[in-house]
Amino acid sequence: MAAVCNFPLFSIVLCLISGTGSAVLKKEAARIVNIVLITVCGLMSVAVMLYCAKYGSFTYMMGHFPAPWGNEVRGGVLEGFMGAFFCLIMLLSMLGGHKKLFDEVEISKHNLYYVLVNLLLSSLIALVYTNDLFTAYVFVEINTISACGLIMIRQTGRTLEAAVRYMIMSLLGSGLLLIGICILYDITGHLLMSNIRESVEALIATGEYREPLVVSVALMCVGLAIKSALFPFHAWLPDAYGYSTVSSAAILSSLVSKGYIFLLIKIFYRVIGFETVCGTKIMNVLFVFGLIAMVSGSVGAIRENDIRRMIAYSSIAQIGYIYMGFGMGTELGMVASIFHILSHAATKSLLFIAAIGLTDVSHGSRAFLDLTGSAHRNRIAGAGFLVGALSMVGIPLFSGFISKLQFMDAAGSLSYSKMLPSLVVLGISTILNAIYFMKTVLRIYTPAEKIPVNRAMADAPTVTAPSAFHVATGERKGINGLIVEKDRILFKEEAGYGIVILCFILLNMALGLMSTPILQAIRDGLSMFS
Amino acid sequence: MSFRSFMENGRSDSYDRLSMKPLYEDHIKKEPTGFEIEIDRSKAHYEVFDRGNNFFIRLSGIAYQVAAVLFCVALVAVMLLTVSNLPPTGDPDNPANSNVVPERYIEKGIEETGAVNIVAGMILDYRAFDTLGESHVLFIASITVLILLRRDKNREKYAKEDEKHEPSGDPILQVISKVLVPVIMIFGIYVILNGHLSPGGGFSGGAIIGAALILYLNAFGFEKTEKFFTEKLYKRVTLAALAFYALAKCYSFFCGANHLDSHIPQGTPGNILSSGLILPLDIAVGCVVACTMYAFYAHFRKGGF
Repeated sequence: MAAVCNFPLFSIVLCLISGTGSAVLKKEAARIVNIVLITVCGLMSVAVMLYCAKYGSFTYMMGHFPAPWGNEVRGGVLEGFMGAFFCLIMLLSMLGGHKKLFDEVEISKHNLYYVLVNLLLSSLIALVYTNDLFTAYVFVEINTISACGLIMIRQTGRTLEAAVRYMIMSLLGSGLLLIGICILYDITGHLLMSNIRESVEALIATGEYREPLVVSVALMCVGLAIKSALFPFHAWLPDAYGYSTVSSAAILSSLVSKGYIFLLIKIFYRVIGFETVCGTKIMNVLFVFGLIAMVSGSVGAIRENDIRRMIAYSSIAQIGYIYMGFGMGTELGMVASIFHILSHAATKSLLFIAAIGLTDVSHGSRAFLDLTGSAHRNRIAGAGFLVGALSMVGIPLFSGFISKLQFMDAAGSLSYSKMLPSLVVLGISTILNAIYFMKTVLRIYTPAEKIPVNRAMADAPTVTAPSAFHVATGERKGINGLIVEKDRILFKEEAGYGIVILCFILLNMALGLMSTPILQAIRDGLSMFS
Repeated sequence: MSFRSFMENGRSDSYDRLSMKPLYEDHIKKEPTGFEIEIDRSKAHYEVFDRGNNFFIRLSGIAYQVAAVLFCVALVAVMLLTVSNLPPTGDPDNPANSNVVPERYIEKGIEETGAVNIVAGMILDYRAFDTLGESHVLFIASITVLILLRRDKNREKYAKEDEKHEPSGDPILQVISKVLVPVIMIFGIYVILNGHLSPGGGFSGGAIIGAALILYLNAFGFEKTEKFFTEKLYKRVTLAALAFYALAKCYSFFCGANHLDSHIPQGTPGNILSSGLILPLDIAVGCVVACTMYAFYAHFRKGGF
């Protein structure tokens, strides 16, 4: 066996050990460990992807006992690609939000933040690579609890409330997922994905246990839909993304929900079988809720007066796109959805990180009125926000255009009853996207005479209790883009922030301009799934 | 006003006055002063959620409740229908009972894992990866509680305040726990060490030891407990146990997957020193569980050790 096959195991164990180890490290050491860890895991996933592209997928036995008795992980092109992509986004989010951690999280709890992030990474990698449904559930638990910790580590009233809501909804989702897995185990007698698939095919052929099978698939779908905030279950999302510290918001929106969606894709393809799932009516339900989410998320975003919450509402709409792609029930729709997972992950984390740069130069206020001209005060953040907004609306050159194109393409091959609504809602949703994103872009590029202050909307911690760091950054709030730099550390932070935004922009354009090989990789990965 | 300060103010007020009056009545009685806006803000909550007078809030509340009940009834009906269609419990011909997986666990379990307790062999050898994840679930849960409840700002001040609320040693509890705690501890250690021979193991034994620690803390207070169980010890034990678990299992997985001999002696099934890695792993899991239980309790009671 090639050495590459060990990499999934190594990256999971490395994450677990460095996660527990960070609890006793100093915060700087924990940060370095975290960055090195993410990089190493990303490189390992790239190696897995390249290996699989050349030699095909592999399974890896976890222990001395072969698959149905022991645990198993599985590597393929799509798994390696997703793992690498998740690591890249996480690295950029952590680097981009590092500055804000000092303002928003107690210094003595910084190392605990890295514990959460490392364990979250372990769970994401395990979700991507696992070939066993129960292992997936165990790591879903780690994912849920660490995501909850990421929300409430910034301890204000709003985040605590958001964390409680998130906890309740997310545990409900976990519970439904677990019930679904239990029912499936009861009627098939297996937990390994490929074995369940064989048994399910046999069950379909004989027509036995039809209701339990449908109910179990439905429960797993609903459970994961709750956890990834599909439309009727999205109420926890705006607060959770809007008030948590910025790295958390970026990670939650672009990785945590995507990890669950990826698990759902694995369940469709590797556990139940895509044709079988499409044969049930569940896909139609996902389709309808996806369509409603696309409109209602955008309407929510238009009504919002807080830039972070607006971006959070936009996430609801984008999750709707992904589920609409599932609901189409065709290979094309699936490919479009997976591409949209990538595109949304890259864009949404960029928007969150850029928005924080804009609010920082507006006295920490997130109200639209106060953001007037903020793009001139922090040019790189403004450029980042502009690119993110254009990509979300679907302008060519950027990744959002390709995913919308793919959705249109997929919709074209559907029956009329699905094609018409999906095309119409795609159009409406694009217009709504354009309304709220362009409104924001125009607002931040409108020159302002002086920085307007609206204390009521300002972030409570930054205004009432400025930390030592914040006082030091007082210098940097120059007017008309003149950023005064005195402290070298500050300069380093600012440069790091700029580089992160630049990386995000490049990533976005790379997804938009070089979509052909990526789409090909997704298709190859999907064909390896079955 | 942050949630935490809200909780604290609320608590100290009600403790001081020991009355059942709702707190917001204070604001209603007050004459309008210069801080009027502040007062209005704190009252706003009760006006917005005023169920008694606002018709729409009442209506939506009723609609919500009706919808919730209907939804639950529908869900219960669906689940009952599903359960009635599932294979009957205990039938040897069930899919879950008649396939190759449980067969090998039961027939070859002792031979392959060396553990007389088949469950221990399953969770710590056949499916050890799941258990590795599960013990990290416990760890991350305790870390999250730590983030939520540990007080780092003004720690001394709060510690002094909390001392007032600490119960004084109760003689009956102390005498009984002097007798009981060692017995419970020894029982817990027994359960952990015999995890591979009899029912029990790391999770259950750890929970028993944790219960003993909590009982001791309740009887004798933090001062005495901290003589042997501090935050430092807690961290060291948990980390060492989890790191050992992860590394040992990584080694074993690596050997297994690459078809190498792991050189871990299997021993004679039935002996206390047998079944390869299961005994040390049980001890590691037991340490993690005991420490986590105690840490949960200590954090909920005092916000730290």
